[in-house]
Amino acid sequence: MTEENKTKEEEVIAKLDTFDELPDAPPKRRIKLSWVGKISVAVVAFWLVICIIGPSIAPYHEMDMEGDDSFLDAYDNFYLGTDYLGRDTLSRIIYGARNTIGISLASTLLAYLMGITLGILAAVKGGWIDMGISRVNDAILALPTIMLGLIVIAALGSSIAILVGTAAVIYATSVFRIARALGQDIMVQDFVEAAKARGEGVWWIIRAEVLPNAAMPLATDFGLRLVFVVLFISSLSFLGLGVQPPASDWGSMVRENLQGLTYGSYAAIWPAFAIATFTIAINLIVDDISAKSGGSLAKKMV
Amino acid sequence: MMTQMVLRRIAIGFATLIVVSIIVFLATSILPGDVAQIILGQSATPETLAALRAELGMDQPGYVRYFSWLGNMAVGDLGISKAGGATIASLIGGRMGNTMVMAGLVALISIPISIALGLWAAMHPGTWLDRVVTFGTMCTISVPEFFIATILVLILAVELHWLPSTAYLTGNESFTELLRALAMPLLTLVIVVSAQMIRMTRAGILNVMSSPYIEMAILKGVPRRRIILRHAFFNAIGPIVNVIALNLAYLVSGVVIVETIFAYPGLAKLMIDGVQTRDLPLVQACAMIFCGTYVLLILLADVASILSNPRLRQPK
Repeated sequence: MTEENKTKEEEVIAKLDTFDELPDAPPKRRIKLSWVGKISVAVVAFWLVICIIGPSIAPYHEMDMEGDDSFLDAYDNFYLGTDYLGRDTLSRIIYGARNTIGISLASTLLAYLMGITLGILAAVKGGWIDMGISRVNDAILALPTIMLGLIVIAALGSSIAILVGTAAVIYATSVFRIARALGQDIMVQDFVEAAKARGEGVWWIIRAEVLPNAAMPLATDFGLRLVFVVLFISSLSFLGLGVQPPASDWGSMVRENLQGLTYGSYAAIWPAFAIATFTIAINLIVDDISAKSGGSLAKKMV
Repeated sequence: MMTQMVLRRIAIGFATLIVVSIIVFLATSILPGDVAQIILGQSATPETLAALRAELGMDQPGYVRYFSWLGNMAVGDLGISKAGGATIASLIGGRMGNTMVMAGLVALISIPISIALGLWAAMHPGTWLDRVVTFGTMCTISVPEFFIATILVLILAVELHWLPSTAYLTGNESFTELLRALAMPLLTLVIVVSAQMIRMTRAGILNVMSSPYIEMAILKGVPRRRIILRHAFFNAIGPIVNVIALNLAYLVSGVVIVETIFAYPGLAKLMIDGVQTRDLPLVQACAMIFCGTYVLLILLADVASILSNPRLRQPK
């Protein structure tokens, strides 16, 4: 009896602790996805899992020329046929996920690290720091991304490190703009004024006030940015300037097998299709989240 | 007020071009690829090398080379290609015409289609037709250009045999042959560019639709069709012109992919070949042309949106 009472009491206290019952409780930030959104999450999760465990489930090694001939249709356990060197297309797509998604993810993360750090710094410090970074940023933004990529690769050649670095710098510019705008918005809010009046330091304000409030719009933007980076990297690979053969990458796989298209081989279609599923799924998730949360700032600023 | 803003924007555009030229020059000058060595080959004596270097101005400091490069470019002297030693101007000449024909045709076809579809989708928001358009364009902008191109080749060239799968020009095609060769690259670019334009036109109109004077018109009982065509459209013209200019600028990256996939002898193909052979003077020249066009179009977009804002017409 007492035991039961006690649990009830605890329950009430727990409930009060979450402030659910208070009239001015903040709205819950739970995101409910539509069925389209759920399928998209599943697709993205599927590719991420493939990235991690890919090599151990692929039927062949990415570089093994195991097939009977090049550009064959599906047969035996070559479920998607063979490519221009008689390698298993399915295995190369599975291995390629690592390169395509891995490189893009690394570039986007690096772009975010640079963009947010500089953006928040510019917003908080203002003055000539803001001026200086913003001008350089505008100059890079004024160029078509693919041109920047081509110029850098013409000068330095292509390697995975250069690809990641180039994509990160190019896309950090857009992240910078968003992070700076968000930071400036937040810096003039009353609660920041209050924190300043309390005598909190710059780093405390950034950590406790600015970053949590900028997190949600930035997270939505991360998805969009990742899509752009995937498209950028695979376009470069498609041009033969990205990931170099014999490593498998979805963009370069399309390029390699383009010839086969005229013989009716689908070897070029499958990797292109893989890219499409990944990027469309991310965009659908982002659409779903911004429709629900109204946080479409990131979308507007693209 | 307005003239001032436009002039200011043009000045900024000009400054951007200068910065762009510095970026292009710096980026391509990081590695001191020795043009003299490449022209003369391995057997050249140090004396002839030094003489040629002096002749090409390679022995001068960076900023001197930058200004002479910029000056030469301004008067149309684009330098000499590393591969083969032909002048870059002669290499670029015909190629640029091909690319401009392609870009012009894409603009001519995609602008009316996009505005019509965008308007139409905005007139019927939430209907299944609107959803099809919104979803279709979203998918199109999410996939790489080469995905759309390969699918089109698969359907139109391989399965149906309607069109050739490459757009290689020999220079003496008949008009119909030219049209057939161009059809596939054109279609790819029209799809890519229109998708973006339709989305932005639709969003622009819907944005205007949420303003108070439209609400007033709705309350007066004006039919939705009339509201959009008489009230919303004219106020959305500014944003729409902006969208058109922006998207023509996005054509730059589309052109690079499409010219490669269809082997179309345009400027972008020339540049990609230059990147592959690391022919830096050629890459510099092409990059400047592409970036310059891009900056110019963005400038045009901004000026259009300044001119179309009636609030800026009256000095305060």
